[in-house]
Amino acid sequence: MSWLNNFVRPKLQALVRKTEVPDNLWEKCPSCGQMIFHRELEANLRVCPHCGHHMRIGVLRRMEMLFDDGRYQRLELPRTDPDPLKFRDQKRYSDRLREAQGRTNEQDALIVAHGTMGGAQTVVAAFNFAFMAGSMGSAVGGGLIAAARLAVAQQAPLIVIPASGGARMQEGILSLMQMPRSIIAIDEVKEAGLPYIVVLTDPTTGGVSASFAMLGDIALAEPGAVIGFAGARVIEGTVREKLPEGFQRAEYLRDHGMVDIVVSRPELRQTLIRIIRLLHNPQPPAVVEPPATTAAEAFNGRSRPSNGSE
Amino acid sequence: MPTFLEFEKPIAELESKIEELRHLSDAGDINIAEEVGRLQAKADRLLRQTYGRLTPWQKTLVARHPERPHFSDYVQALMEDFTPLAGDRAFADDHAIVGGLGRFRDHSIVLIGHEKGQDTASRVAHNFGMARPEGYRKAQRLMELADRFRLPVITLVDTPGAYPGVDAEARGQAQAIARCIETCLRIRVPLVSAIIGEGGSGGAIALAAGNRVLMLEHAVYSVISPEGCASILWRSADQAKEAAEALKLTADDLLRLGVIDDVVPEPLGGAHRARAQTINALGDALEAALRELKEGDPATLRSRRREKFLEMGEGRLS
Ligand SMILES: [Zn+2]
Repeated sequence: MSWLNNFVRPKLQALVRKTEVPDNLWEKCPSCGQMIFHRELEANLRVCPHCGHHMRIGVLRRMEMLFDDGRYQRLELPRTDPDPLKFRDQKRYSDRLREAQGRTNEQDALIVAHGTMGGAQTVVAAFNFAFMAGSMGSAVGGGLIAAARLAVAQQAPLIVIPASGGARMQEGILSLMQMPRSIIAIDEVKEAGLPYIVVLTDPTTGGVSASFAMLGDIALAEPGAVIGFAGARVIEGTVREKLPEGFQRAEYLRDHGMVDIVVSRPELRQTLIRIIRLLHNPQPPAVVEPPATTAAEAFNGRSRPSNGSE
Repeated sequence: MPTFLEFEKPIAELESKIEELRHLSDAGDINIAEEVGRLQAKADRLLRQTYGRLTPWQKTLVARHPERPHFSDYVQALMEDFTPLAGDRAFADDHAIVGGLGRFRDHSIVLIGHEKGQDTASRVAHNFGMARPEGYRKAQRLMELADRFRLPVITLVDTPGAYPGVDAEARGQAQAIARCIETCLRIRVPLVSAIIGEGGSGGAIALAAGNRVLMLEHAVYSVISPEGCASILWRSADQAKEAAEALKLTADDLLRLGVIDDVVPEPLGGAHRARAQTINALGDALEAALRELKEGDPATLRSRRREKFLEMGEGRLS
């Protein structure tokens, strides 16, 4: 008995622990159920090497994978009234905001960056799903305006990458008003003759899908991303029937004429570079000019350098 | 048979008592006449008290009142030569959004709005005012028509929201709404919008990005229904009252937030008690807004509208 207790049990526990706590080292693919070693998963841009399922990727990692050498500069979001309605449900909105800011170390759910892609100056605005489900309130709307104006100032294409459940309910009607606001922002880019490209990622729904996200000159989408206006559960409750196979997925939208190309994440950067070159740079760039570090400072915010690591 | 809301029951009881007494008082009994007068005063007082301090949730119920004037009532009372125009030229004609040409107090205009219907059959026919993509695409087409012929546009908003259905999603509900808002913001003619009942989320803003946005006193306008908000944030639709408070969806709140430009008062007891009076009051307010905007040149009309919406959420109000 003592032999078993003192020798075997610790060993067994060690064995058990290994399979119980692999969360940090191993991640289970929600699609095929395979365990994937974290480093392999990260190297593969969080795409399952077994089945190709696209897991959500951190917004900074997203920026890093898009820009040349993973280098970019960030534009700070313009300051807004953080809680215009003094909204309170079971929790105060101001507390929810503070929590999200503490957890993500970000001001709000949008990150605006600029740098070069394939040598061409480009502005990217990407949603941070980890920040209150990427919901769009006034700060996000303001960030989209800043991104659009930066693109116009730099005569650069604008890429917007939503990952958002929709409007930020806690900002009430003002979150609804971000729909027209964001549409005007991207319209300024279009009017300047610059490409506006959207990359629809999981999820793109509600007020975000029904505004700037569906108005791209070019609409790309990541495989399997949920894209739609109404939530699947709401629709099920209305029609009282099973939803069709693949409903509201990127491929479904492509098949229904709403998306140009479904692009896997490892091919996204090259696809974007190719499209931007074809649309915007008829001649391949001979000399790559480094972006001006202070270009953003004239517009709505200050630049801060980033080494591009998360 | 008029419909009474739950909180209107005490008023309804008084009024039915008055009605009964009136039938009795044929003989001209002085006592009964006095009693009728007394009860009538009480009922009026109660009505004034109740409607003087409607809660946001009560306003939501008033805004959804089945006897509230709907799009077709406004057309009948305010428009001459109304000529409905059908279809999105791509798929179908959506009856949840109606639009067409017509004359409004000497202005030739394009009028577009949600129609909820007035009885079971017409409610079903109009899909309770919940539009599918073809509805928004029709609205977009008509706004572009107005732009081409330099006609002002008036939109009347009254919808629980865009229709949440498989077919609507398959045909690009999100894209249709987005394009409709974009069109509101691009046209170079006056665009005056009025929230006449329920301003439900994306389905409402699709028609409401106007130079002037008016709102009837007891209408509501919100990013999500109180029930929807409660079921997400309180995890139970029973908390709709609290959600209605928190969402700041009343006309007064929205005026303070700078989201609407003007509140049009409703007769005592709400639009459903005095429909003709409500319709005329809104007509006057729409006409005043149109007159103001008619002088503006096309480019300015467009840029002012865009500047107004660009500012929303900049934090003017704390
Ligand atoms: Zn997998």
